[in-house]
Amino acid sequence: MSRRARIRGALAFLCLLYGAALLAGLIAPYPYAEQHREFPFAPPTRLHFAHLQPFVYAWAPDQAGGYREDASRAYPAGHLSGVFFPLGTDAFGRDIFSRLLYGGRVSLFSGLLAAFLSLALGLLFGVVAGFFGGWPDRLLMRAGELVMALPWLYLLLAVRASLPLHIGTIQAFLLVVAIIGGMGWVRPARLIRGVALSGRERAFVQAARGFGAGPGYLIRRHVLPLTAGVLVTQATILIPQYILAEVTLSFLGLGVGEPVPSWGNMLAEARQYHALVSHPWLLAPGLALIPVLLAFLVLADALLESPEP
Amino acid sequence: MRSLRTTGTIAATALVLATLLPGAPSDLMVAPGITGRPGGTLVFSQRNEPKTLNPVLAGDNASREVIHRITADLIHINRATQQTEPALAKSWRASADGLHYVVDLRRGVSFSDGHPFDADDVVFSFQAYLDEKTHSPQRDLLVLAGKPMCVRKLGQYKVAFDLPSRYAVAERLFDGFAILPRHILERPYREGKLAQAWGLRSPPAEVVGLGPFRFKQYVPGQRIVLERNPYYWKEDESGMRLPYLAEVDFVFAGTEDMQVMRFQSGESDILSRTSARNYVALEKDHERRGYALTDAGPGLEYSFLFFNLNDPPPGSLPEVAGRQSFLRRASLRRAVSLAIDRDAIVRLVYLGHAAPLPGPVPLGNKAWVNAKLPQPVRSVAHAREILAADGFTWSPRGALLDAGGKRVEFSIVTSSGNAERVQMATLIQDDLKSLGMDVHVVPLEFRSLLDRVLQTHDYDACLLTLAAGDADPNADMNVWLSSGGNHLWHPAQKAPATPWEAEIDRLMRRQMVTPKYAERKRLFDRVQDILMENLPLVPLVSPDILVGARNGLGNFRPALLDHYTLWNIEELYWRSAAGTRR
Repeated sequence: MSRRARIRGALAFLCLLYGAALLAGLIAPYPYAEQHREFPFAPPTRLHFAHLQPFVYAWAPDQAGGYREDASRAYPAGHLSGVFFPLGTDAFGRDIFSRLLYGGRVSLFSGLLAAFLSLALGLLFGVVAGFFGGWPDRLLMRAGELVMALPWLYLLLAVRASLPLHIGTIQAFLLVVAIIGGMGWVRPARLIRGVALSGRERAFVQAARGFGAGPGYLIRRHVLPLTAGVLVTQATILIPQYILAEVTLSFLGLGVGEPVPSWGNMLAEARQYHALVSHPWLLAPGLALIPVLLAFLVLADALLESPEP
Repeated sequence: MRSLRTTGTIAATALVLATLLPGAPSDLMVAPGITGRPGGTLVFSQRNEPKTLNPVLAGDNASREVIHRITADLIHINRATQQTEPALAKSWRASADGLHYVVDLRRGVSFSDGHPFDADDVVFSFQAYLDEKTHSPQRDLLVLAGKPMCVRKLGQYKVAFDLPSRYAVAERLFDGFAILPRHILERPYREGKLAQAWGLRSPPAEVVGLGPFRFKQYVPGQRIVLERNPYYWKEDESGMRLPYLAEVDFVFAGTEDMQVMRFQSGESDILSRTSARNYVALEKDHERRGYALTDAGPGLEYSFLFFNLNDPPPGSLPEVAGRQSFLRRASLRRAVSLAIDRDAIVRLVYLGHAAPLPGPVPLGNKAWVNAKLPQPVRSVAHAREILAADGFTWSPRGALLDAGGKRVEFSIVTSSGNAERVQMATLIQDDLKSLGMDVHVVPLEFRSLLDRVLQTHDYDACLLTLAAGDADPNADMNVWLSSGGNHLWHPAQKAPATPWEAEIDRLMRRQMVTPKYAERKRLFDRVQDILMENLPLVPLVSPDILVGARNGLGNFRPALLDHYTLWNIEELYWRSAAGTRR
C-alpha cells in the first residue's frame, strides 16, 4: 500500500472511532450505568436471521448458573431494548458495548488531550532552551531530568490521597490528563530543543538576524515551522502511549470512578480469574485497544517515511 | 539431602519405638465415630507464606493455620458443633461464683519429641502469653476488666485459673492458646529471647508441640512440610492413633487466583474458602477433574453499611460536618436499609452463595441469631414515606433534600482490594438513586480506609465486611460497647453518646457475667433489637463458606468457623492408595 493510502486509511479509521465515542449518546443502546439485574454476565446476544430479517432471543438462566436462549419469543429489530447485548454484560448486567463507547470518550480523548498538553509544554520549553541556550537551557533541561526521575506512580497515589474523597468525573478526567501530559513533556522538549538549536545556526536564520530581526520574530517565522515535522510524528507516538497510560491508571483505580466507564476500569474487572475462564467478553476493551494502537503506529510509520517523489 | 534422609530415619525409629512401647497409663482421647486409613500426603495451598511458627507471637492467619496443626490447646471449640470440648484438659470445673476454674490434664501425653507433658508446661505457657514483655497479640484475651487472669499449679496434672472478674463461658477463651514445651522454650524465655524462638528457619527438632503434626522442613518461598506426630493424644474408634495422614505440605500460592488454579490442576488437595465467582468457575468441570465443592452455608462473616456518627471537633472536617445534618438522622438510615436490594446483592455479587441479613449477627452464629427479626424486604415506597415524615423533600428533578434544603449527597468508602465489596457498593449506589440520593463509591486501600474510619473520621459512609472472632457475643464486645475500639460508627467514646448506646453497653456488660445461656440469649436478643431500631450498622448479607476437596479425601467436614477445612486434620485420610498421590 502506498504511503498516502496508509495515512488516509489509518486517519479514517481513527476519525470513525473518535466519532463513535463522541456520539456514544446516540449510538449506544443503553446509558452506561443502566443495570439489567436479571442478566449479570450475559454472553453476547446471538443474531438470528429469518428471511434476511435479523432477530434475537432473550437469555434465560439455566441450571448450571449460565444462560441459554429462550426460543419461545423472538425479538425483531426495533424491539431489542432490554434483551440485546451485542458484547454481553458485566457483573451488574450493564451492556458492555454501550460502556465501551462511553469509556472510549475517557480513554481515547484523555490520550489526545494529554498528548496535546505535553507537546505544547515540550514546544515551549524546547524552543526556549534551544533558541536562547545559556542558563534557561540548563535550568529547563535539569528540570526535565528531575521530572523523568520522579516515581510518578507513587506521586500520583500521593496526589490522589491529598484530594477530597470524591472528585467529580470531569475533575478526575482532567487530573489524569494533567498528570500524564505534565509528566510527558521532557522527551518532546529535548527533540524540539535539538531542532531549535540547529535551526538558529541555519544560514537563513542568521541572515534574518543580520537584518535586525528580534527573537520573537525569528522563533515565529523560522524556528517554529522547522519543528512541525517533529511535532506530528511525536503526536502519533505519544497519543497511543498516553491512551495506554490512562488505561493503566484507571486499571489501578486512580482514574475516573464507577459507574463512569473507561477502558481501564472496565479491564480491571476482567483481571480476575473467573473472567478469563467464564466471561471472556469482559476483555472487549482490551481487544478494542489493539486496532487503535495499531492505527496510530501505522500512521506514525507512514509519516516518518520520506514522501514519495 | 543427607540431613533430610537422617531426619527421616530418626522419625521412622521414633515411630517404631512409639508403637512398641508398652501401653503406659495414658488418657488418649477417642474420636467418636471416626475411622480411616493411614498414610498419604495432603497438599494445602495457602495464599500467603507464614511469618513464624511461634504461637506466642503469630498474629497472621497464614502462620496460625500452620501453628494450629503442630500445637494443641487445653479446651477446644469443636468447629462442627461450635461448642467447647476437652482437648489437653480432660475435664474442668467452674466454682459457683464463676471466678475459679480447676482443670484436670490428660496423663501420659507427650510432646512431639517424646518429652512428657504436665502442669508445668501449662503454667509456663500462660506465663509466657501473659508476660507483657513478650508482646503476644493474644494477651488481651486473657485480660478481663483490665486485670490478667492467674494460673496456679495444683498438682502434676491439675491447674487452677483465677479470673479477675466474672466472664460467661470463660472456657471458650482457652481455644487457640497453644501449650508450649517448657523443656525447650523456658531458656529462651528467661533470656528474653522468646520472640526469636521458632522462626521458620529454626531446626525442626526444636519446634515441638502437642498437635497432630510436627514441623519437618521449610523451603523459603515454596512450602512448609509437616510430618505425622507419632505421640499425638487422639485415637480413632478402632484404637488406631491419629492422625491418619503421614505428611501435610503447605504450599504458598500468593493470590487467590493462583490458589484456585493450583486446586483445579490437581496440585493441591483442599481449597479453603474461595469467592463465589471462582466457586462457580470451578464447578463447571469438577467431575472431570476429580474434586468436589461444598457450600457450607453462611459463615461468621457479615457485610454492612454504616454512617459516620462521630462528633467531629468544631472547625475540623467541615465537609463531613456539613453532611452530618442528614447522615446522622435515623430515618435516613432506615430508608437506606429499606431501599437496598439485598436479593440482588446475593444474586449478582455472590451468585446465590450468600444470604440476606435480617440483623447484625452473622447467620453462621446459629446459637445467637435473633430469630424474631423479620427478613429484610425491599420497599422504596415505604422508604420514601419515612423520609417524607422526617422533613425530607424532593426537588422538582427528583433529588432528595433534607429539612434544611440541602442536597443529600455522600460517598461510600470501601476497600479497593475486595471486588465483592466494591460491587455491593455500586449496587447500593444504584438502589439509592431511587430515593433521590446522590451517592459516590470511593474504593480505598484497606489501611487508609481503616485510618479514616477509626482515626481521622474523615468519611461519610463505609461498606465493610467483618468476621466475628467466635460464635459467642463476648468475642464482639469491642464492636458493640460504645467505648470499644471497633465500635465502627463512633469508636472509643468516653461516655455513651446516645441513650440506646448506653442501653446496649448495659445489656452487653450484663450478658458477659451471666452464666445461663437462656438469660444471655434474652439479653443479646434485646441488643439486636435495639441495633435494628437504630441501625448504626445497616446489615447487608452474610456470605457462604465455599470450599473444595479432592475426591477420595475422607472425613472432610468443612466448618463455618475459622480454619474452615483443616480443623479436623487428624481425622482426614485418603480412601484409597491411589488417592494418596505422589
